[in-house]
Amino acid sequence: MTEPKIKIENLYKIFGPNPKSVIGKVQDGMSKQELLENHGHVFGLKDINIDIPAKGVSVIMGLSGSGKSTLIRHINRLIDPTSGKMIVDGDDVLSMDKDQLIEFRRYKASMVFQKFGLHVHRTVAENAAYGLIVQGKPVSEAKQLSQKWIERVGLGGFEGHYPSQLSGGMQQRVGLARALSTDAEILLMDEAFSALDPLIRTDMQDVLLGLQEELHKTIVFITHDLDEALRIGDNIAILRDGAVIQQGDPQDIIMHPSDDYIVDFIQDINRSRVIRLKTLMTPSTSASDSGPELQHTMNLELALPKIANSASKSATVVNEKGEVVGSISLDQIISGITRPDVDTGSSETRYR
Amino acid sequence: MDFFTKFPVMGRQDLRDLKKSIDAGFRDFSREFGESLETFFEPLLWFLVWLEKLLVATPWPIIIIVMATLAWIGSRSTKIVIGTVLSFLAIGYFGMWKDTMSTLAIISVSTIVCITAGIPLGIFMSRSDRAQAVITPILDIMQTIPAFVYLIPVVMLLGIGKVPGLLAVCIYAIPPIVRLTNLGIRLVEKEALEAADAFGANYRQKLFGVQIPLALPNIFAGVNQTIMMALSMVVIASMIGVAGLGVPVLRSISNQYLALGLMNGLAIVALAIIFDRVSQQYGDRLQKHRQGIKHD
Ligand SMILES: Nc1ncnc2c1ncn2[C@@H]1O[C@H](COP(=O)(O)OP(=O)(O)OP(=O)(O)O)[C@@H](O)[C@H]1O
Ligand SMILES: [Mg+2]
Repeated sequence: MTEPKIKIENLYKIFGPNPKSVIGKVQDGMSKQELLENHGHVFGLKDINIDIPAKGVSVIMGLSGSGKSTLIRHINRLIDPTSGKMIVDGDDVLSMDKDQLIEFRRYKASMVFQKFGLHVHRTVAENAAYGLIVQGKPVSEAKQLSQKWIERVGLGGFEGHYPSQLSGGMQQRVGLARALSTDAEILLMDEAFSALDPLIRTDMQDVLLGLQEELHKTIVFITHDLDEALRIGDNIAILRDGAVIQQGDPQDIIMHPSDDYIVDFIQDINRSRVIRLKTLMTPSTSASDSGPELQHTMNLELALPKIANSASKSATVVNEKGEVVGSISLDQIISGITRPDVDTGSSETRYR
Repeated sequence: MDFFTKFPVMGRQDLRDLKKSIDAGFRDFSREFGESLETFFEPLLWFLVWLEKLLVATPWPIIIIVMATLAWIGSRSTKIVIGTVLSFLAIGYFGMWKDTMSTLAIISVSTIVCITAGIPLGIFMSRSDRAQAVITPILDIMQTIPAFVYLIPVVMLLGIGKVPGLLAVCIYAIPPIVRLTNLGIRLVEKEALEAADAFGANYRQKLFGVQIPLALPNIFAGVNQTIMMALSMVVIASMIGVAGLGVPVLRSISNQYLALGLMNGLAIVALAIIFDRVSQQYGDRLQKHRQGIKHD
């Protein structure tokens, strides 16, 4: 495997008057309850280990208070950990001095915030150019460079407006343009779309996916919304009470939830829309003689009528190049749509 | 039962000695440093005298035109401009022109002094909770102690004259701008500052690019209050040798000239209203970009 872009190792964060004094006990497994009652400290993060690959969208998901914001702020060190390592491109972010850190934030990683974090005294153009202005570019040049991104996020014509004159969705577009303008390879997005209503949210997800298709940034995306996570995530880590309880391929998490918490999490999703044929198919390289040929990334909702209408009640699954990668039957699809109980070795695995 | 009816006072002799030693100590101090303090304030005196002479020497129509222009730049309101022109015409007509110019000079200089000292002090205060804990009670004292009381050490130090008067006005008028600068910076939204941090803004970029601009409406309210307090201090300051509208007011108190006192009092009121309206309108305009914000 290639070296991950961002490597988080044994990261602990404890909030309180003197975190160093209790870190040893926490590493030995003290419970949250005991830590709070006997020592007056609060768990932020507990032994986080995540490898974030380059050029993909990595989603970190969890309910409110699970530590998502705390975690993402460790990547650009808006928060310092109590112990652990944060390696980006082989460099240890935690050992950087002040100037190196400023350099890192200016050129390497940019951020989009849940509450937008726009500067109300700057116009759209000035906000979008902010990262470049901070880098030391002359204002006119910075504005010129960021103009492209204002147009890409669909705000052309609003350059002279102030944030207060824009809707929430438009404000977050400004936030996105500001983050894109610095050309940083890493994009940190803390619940960037959570404050938007569902329609605009889908809209913004499309904008992001469209941009990502050509930009190939390393995106760390925080959300508490599973649908959003499944829609844009190449891989997902699920946080609970400051600890990662499952991480990996989204399809894998849906098919094999590791505990009840995740089962609860995934039970309301529209499985037929999320699960793809490649997840359920029986791998093989020989074409079956009957049934239609379907793309392996097709979801069950689209595949179901095609298979149901075929004579054999089955289909051949092919990849992007048209090569046969497997076959799938109606029964497999139906059991795939059925909600799983807590794993493992449950019904659907035997089809793999 | 003597204990309950008679307060256990410090011995008379002791009390007298205590007061004497404090007075003597301060007198020594002022003998030692009074002169160097005076040279320190020399440029200020020079500036004040220059400005006063300039205002008095300038033909009155020019002054009125300048005032009207300033009022327009500040407020963009014809009503306020007309009010300003009428007030100055009335002031001149009732023979208070020269005193008004002197008052304008001292108000301008003390406002400049308060701003240049007060804003940095407020910024410093906003940076550290300890600084805030130390400075706040001092500001409280400065604002509440009767003005006559701190005239005494000022006069002991610098004697009677324009500089001690100016100093007294500044001590009285500086607290609001310090307070509101501190408050304004502390009230800047955490999110705006965090965004600046996340994009790699350094200390200077955060202070001048985010904190001060966002605190500006509050800072401006502080400037407004400072000007008002300086105006209200003018009468008291004239007791220790500051020229201006306060002098005739004092004279009319000791001689019971009702009309004279009233006219000069009203002139001060007119100045206050003009300054207040103009600076308030200007402050409001600074906030324009904020209208309708806070719907997150
Ligand atoms: N500065 C702090 N001091 C003490 N506790 C904190 C601090 N910051 C966060 N916490 C605690 O850490 C936990 C995680 O907070 P965090 O903001 O990371 O949650 P989150 O997953 O982002 O939640 P949300 O979805 O509501 O944004 C919370 O329980 C909170 O009480
Ligand atoms: Mg959060």
